[in-house]
Amino acid sequence: MSDGNGFAVCAEKVTRHYEMGAAVIRAVDDITLAIRTGEFVALLGSSGSGKSTLLNLMAGLDRPNSGAILAKGRNLSEMSSVELARYRSKTVGMVFQSFNLLPRMTLEENVELPLRLAEVDRGERGKRVAEALERVKLDKRQGHKPSEMSGGEQQRAAIARALVNRPTLLFADEPTGNLDSATGETIMRLLKEIQGNLGMTIVMVTHERPLAEKFADRIVTMADGKLVSDGAAR
Amino acid sequence: MKAGDLAELALRNLREAVLRSSLTTLGVAVGVASLVAWLSLGVGLQTLATKRLSNSGLFDTVIVTQKRSEQSRRRPPAEASPAVGARVLDDEAKKEFEHLPNVIEVYSQVRFPTEVRYDGAPYSTIVAGIPASAKDNGSFDEMKGKFFSGPDADEAIVQIEFARDLSPQPSSLIGKDLVVRYAERETLPVVDKPASGDANSEGSGGGFSVVPKEKKLRIVGIVETEPAAGFGGFGSGRLLIPLNVANSLRAAQVNDLRDLVRANSNKNVYPSLTVRAKSPALVAGIESTIKSMGFGTFSLLDAAKSLQTFFTIFDMLLLIFGSLALAVATLGIINTLVMAILERRREIGILKALGAADRDVKQLFFVEASVMGLLGGILGTGFGWLIGRAVTFGTNVYLKRQSLPTTDVFFVPWWLILLAIVLAVVVSLIAGLYPASRAAKLNPVEALRYE
Repeated sequence: MSDGNGFAVCAEKVTRHYEMGAAVIRAVDDITLAIRTGEFVALLGSSGSGKSTLLNLMAGLDRPNSGAILAKGRNLSEMSSVELARYRSKTVGMVFQSFNLLPRMTLEENVELPLRLAEVDRGERGKRVAEALERVKLDKRQGHKPSEMSGGEQQRAAIARALVNRPTLLFADEPTGNLDSATGETIMRLLKEIQGNLGMTIVMVTHERPLAEKFADRIVTMADGKLVSDGAAR
Repeated sequence: MKAGDLAELALRNLREAVLRSSLTTLGVAVGVASLVAWLSLGVGLQTLATKRLSNSGLFDTVIVTQKRSEQSRRRPPAEASPAVGARVLDDEAKKEFEHLPNVIEVYSQVRFPTEVRYDGAPYSTIVAGIPASAKDNGSFDEMKGKFFSGPDADEAIVQIEFARDLSPQPSSLIGKDLVVRYAERETLPVVDKPASGDANSEGSGGGFSVVPKEKKLRIVGIVETEPAAGFGGFGSGRLLIPLNVANSLRAAQVNDLRDLVRANSNKNVYPSLTVRAKSPALVAGIESTIKSMGFGTFSLLDAAKSLQTFFTIFDMLLLIFGSLALAVATLGIINTLVMAILERRREIGILKALGAADRDVKQLFFVEASVMGLLGGILGTGFGWLIGRAVTFGTNVYLKRQSLPTTDVFFVPWWLILLAIVLAVVVSLIAGLYPASRAAKLNPVEALRYE
């Protein structure tokens, strides 16, 4: 179940638990999940169901206690920290609920940051930043700082930053959680457009079932660290 | 991350916390200033001592004597006999020494007892011949009057104690004349040798007679300190005259009786010759060359080495003392960077989520630490130099009030500037080790959750 078989990322018997004193919390408990290339998957579940933990594991931000996360034909849990950083830089784009833009940087600088980390040449950077900002329709706001933008604009900026390195996988952790419903829908439309135009694989964590049903291709529901349902959205 | 981007981000981070970064940099600067000030004091004192001692002729001089046998070393000098293969210290040898590489000058020691007549009264003292080069050895820097107008001038410089004997107002002596009464050695004709072929009897002299003579000299200067032209030099002379003049007087010296009973008395044989090298570092080479020529030598090379060792230890102690402030500054850097980790925890998480490796985060903190170290080092070197100038100024004001000559007690050589800046950067990097590795090890998920 890897890239070669038409899967962008696969979790195989993945477990992630945390020890809190004597108690062991199984945030992700023996989950197997395969995400096809170009698929838009919504991970639904209540708070503490383990959906964000699973997303972080697939994004290479965390390592499982057992099991394997396969992406691009390799097991992420066997990668060195440098290889994992390269995976996050070149293959993955991340969008967060709280946008996570650096407040002291302008929009242009925020979007340019992943390109600096990926050691892209200075000349190429300007072109890619302009392209990403144009895609999210923020090309006129590049000199503005995050504090000068609305929530929706900040989330579009975060999407531009996630796209700038031209990744194949986009992980979004409750991207509409801090937005009103109209703005949330705009963001979802943007993600859908990106999936269609760029052929990207999108895995989104949300607890807004209507939005998931409207925009995702597949809905995976989790509860207490386990998969409880997996099926087409519509 | 590329170096340019790393530097840009680090500078941006420092600018963001400008007050804290500036205070930390200032802490480093104070540490470096303390280090520079203490070390420049050590270097200044070393330079001062070395210059004075070097000028005194103690360390750039080789005393050459005729080589004596081991047996004769144990006897008093008058009974000493030359070692087998030893050469005579005559004019020929003197010329050879003069032609050796790195030799500035070669002169004999002329010192003899005399009676000085001044203002109708007799005074007993010792006359010493001084080479023209002694003018620059520092002993005459603070003299009243002037040095000899020429190497053959009939002039004299009087040592202050003797000047006080001559007149209650020593400075009034300058320009006045005095008469030196001395015993001139007049060589007698050589007596024909017996035809025995005895090598030791070659050139047996006919001896000399001692004739009382007088010489009028004009006092041109009064010297406060007793000048020294190296060990065995003209240190004990109270009336100093040009060496050429002293030689021309052919005054009877203490060695004359010994020379009389020795061979070669028809030749001009020196009891010892002073050979001056271009620098103390060249003394060893010259000494060994002269030894290989068949002469005995003596120098204060070991003493010079001991002096160097003393100052090396002294500088090291000052370095340790001066480094204490830098050690405190190091704690300041650690504190600043640890605070930065707490403040930028979420930012570190974002950087990692966007693809920063642990190494990138570590390097970012290292660059921030080294920038503070570099700026602190440059600033501190400047402060240290200013402290040195201020202390030198204060010292000189005090010395002037005490009617003492002024001097530079602080000296900041280029290597000290370089050392201080490099040390500041290295110390800052060491201080950054712990915070940088702590930041690099941050779990991105936990860091992103941090508010």
